Amino acid sequence: MAVIYLDNNATTRVDPAVLEEMLPFFSERYGNPSSMHAFGGSVGRELSQARERVAQALGCAPGEVVFNACGTEGDNTAIRSALASQPEKRHIITTRVEHPAVLNVVKHLERKGYEATYLGVDHEGMLDLDELRDSLRPDTALVSVMWANNETGAVFPIHEIARIAKERGALVHTDAVQVLGKIPIDLKTLPVDFLAVSGHKVHAPKGVGALFVRKGVQYRPFMLGGHQEHGRRAGTENTTGIIGLGKACEIAQANIAHENSAVKALRDRLEAGLLAAIPEARVNGSTASRLPNTTNISFQYVEGEAILLMMDAFGICASSGSACTSGSLEPSHVLRAMGVPFTYAHGSIRFSLSRFNTDAEVDTVLAELPKIIARLREISPFKRQEGEAPACTC
Amino acid sequence: MWEYTDKVREHFINPRNVGEIPDADCVGEVGSLACGDALKLFLKLDENERIVDAKFQTFGCASAIASSSALTEMIKGKTVDEALEVSNQDIAQFLGGLPKEKMHCSVMGKEALEAAVANLRGLPVAPHEEGEVVCECFGVTDQTIRRAIAENNLSTVEEITDFTKAGGGCGKCLDRLADILAEAKGQKKELKPLEIAPAKPAGLTNMQRMKLVSKTIEEEIAPSLQKDGGDIELVDVDGKTVLVKLRGACSSCKSSQVTLKQFVEKRLREAVEQDITVQEVR
Repeated sequence: MAVIYLDNNATTRVDPAVLEEMLPFFSERYGNPSSMHAFGGSVGRELSQARERVAQALGCAPGEVVFNACGTEGDNTAIRSALASQPEKRHIITTRVEHPAVLNVVKHLERKGYEATYLGVDHEGMLDLDELRDSLRPDTALVSVMWANNETGAVFPIHEIARIAKERGALVHTDAVQVLGKIPIDLKTLPVDFLAVSGHKVHAPKGVGALFVRKGVQYRPFMLGGHQEHGRRAGTENTTGIIGLGKACEIAQANIAHENSAVKALRDRLEAGLLAAIPEARVNGSTASRLPNTTNISFQYVEGEAILLMMDAFGICASSGSACTSGSLEPSHVLRAMGVPFTYAHGSIRFSLSRFNTDAEVDTVLAELPKIIARLREISPFKRQEGEAPACTC
Repeated sequence: MWEYTDKVREHFINPRNVGEIPDADCVGEVGSLACGDALKLFLKLDENERIVDAKFQTFGCASAIASSSALTEMIKGKTVDEALEVSNQDIAQFLGGLPKEKMHCSVMGKEALEAAVANLRGLPVAPHEEGEVVCECFGVTDQTIRRAIAENNLSTVEEITDFTKAGGGCGKCLDRLADILAEAKGQKKELKPLEIAPAKPAGLTNMQRMKLVSKTIEEEIAPSLQKDGGDIELVDVDGKTVLVKLRGACSSCKSSQVTLKQFVEKRLREAVEQDITVQEVR
């Protein structure tokens, strides 16, 4: 059975062109880029080229790119560095809808004596910038706000956020893991100090990422050891991964228009088709300011994990913000922060597309998912009887 | 992804006994949409309280649906009292096991059955729904938690959450859960399993009353008297008056009237109707 992969905000397939570029570095070109001999040195030059490609995609200087293992490492490093370099400041601002890679770090720092403000979101998942203005304090060390939300695709006005924060003297970090390849990034005009990206969200392999550190910003390394990455991230480089990330960034940059036209059109067709075919369904989050590949739809009266497993029987892969998928007992913290009613939150499904998805795949989902929802509603005690008002329309 | 057994998957994809029984003798409802899982269980009984049909409606994940399906398969053909012997572990075992984080789904099945029986017997709520609400997120009481600890031999707060959902929300009650756990472990002998009140259906027909009286005498009262060399014979049931003959040692016993009132009549009042009277026929 062919897999219909609509879970690209979780991870992506490695682009064949990326794989091809990486393969020699698994085999004949295995030299250590830090070595003095020519065999390793040639790999070092490839690493430099990858750094230039990543910098090109981010609109920054190659020297501002620090390779690491993943988005989580980038987020951790940026937050800890910002606080370590400003010991007199003890306040952090973030949002209630961040990825755990940020939220759990901030909660950990709270236990260490830092103060934190968690900005709320409205029902569309958007921030109130006045709340940000009101929250900033002289001792605010860092504002860490994701650029785009991984669950709903909601895109925050990061330029405005960064401008407000910088005016008050705070450092700014953004988790841009979901943005790379979908929205143009130009760090020459975006006044953030740190920006984290991850390879496996952009058709590079897992285990490689990059952190932008603006030139001149005080930096405290998270990983200590050798002199790799100019002493900013110790440890022998994941050469093959970095080569892959470089190539993936080059491809992503060339495909941004495609993401915002063809992929977006496919997403829109999927979304509109599901909403038309399935009553008591709704999109969670802003549709006005949203990643082009993401739609988060709730189906009332049914539970997300059950939907996912039934879709799995057709090879359809997606994600759910339902409690039962996570081992947690409450639905997604993002949907709860948005005030999505429980009646909808438990039945939420996130579809996230990529340039590898096809019209035929969307057709299959449109053919099968309405039947799956109908089947689960037959089982559910909450299904709406004919003539009844919906259980909840909020 | 959860590691579900093939049987869980099978009962999820092809659940047995889905639907409603329009003329069900009793219905048990537990859980809620807010909590993320809910089960509505319908039972149809014969005159001997044997479950001739069981159907369910479930809102929840794969293990909740599979647990509901398993429960209905397990209890069909059993009497209500026999069905009440089915534990949540039995449900999980029937399915070849559940992930520990999903054990609350099997507990939900057990609770729905108890709610149905409480409904049958005219009780307003299942006894374990009384008590102090410890977990406000999921409305879990201390009685439910104590019972889960005792019946499943739970030893950690995480296990309490796996089996009852208590503590799985905001987490404010985690300390209280730890206290209850420590307390329960120290006082395990005092914990009583939930007792569903024996059948006392209101408004019995003459036929139903006769059958229930006959069954109670044959299965419980007579064997008990026989142990002491006595016996009892049902002569007739006239309205709410039960006519019996005492046999064997009981017929000549000086305390026979005490036996009739304090044992036979009392047991029939518990099992059949509160206003039954017993008279001896000589």
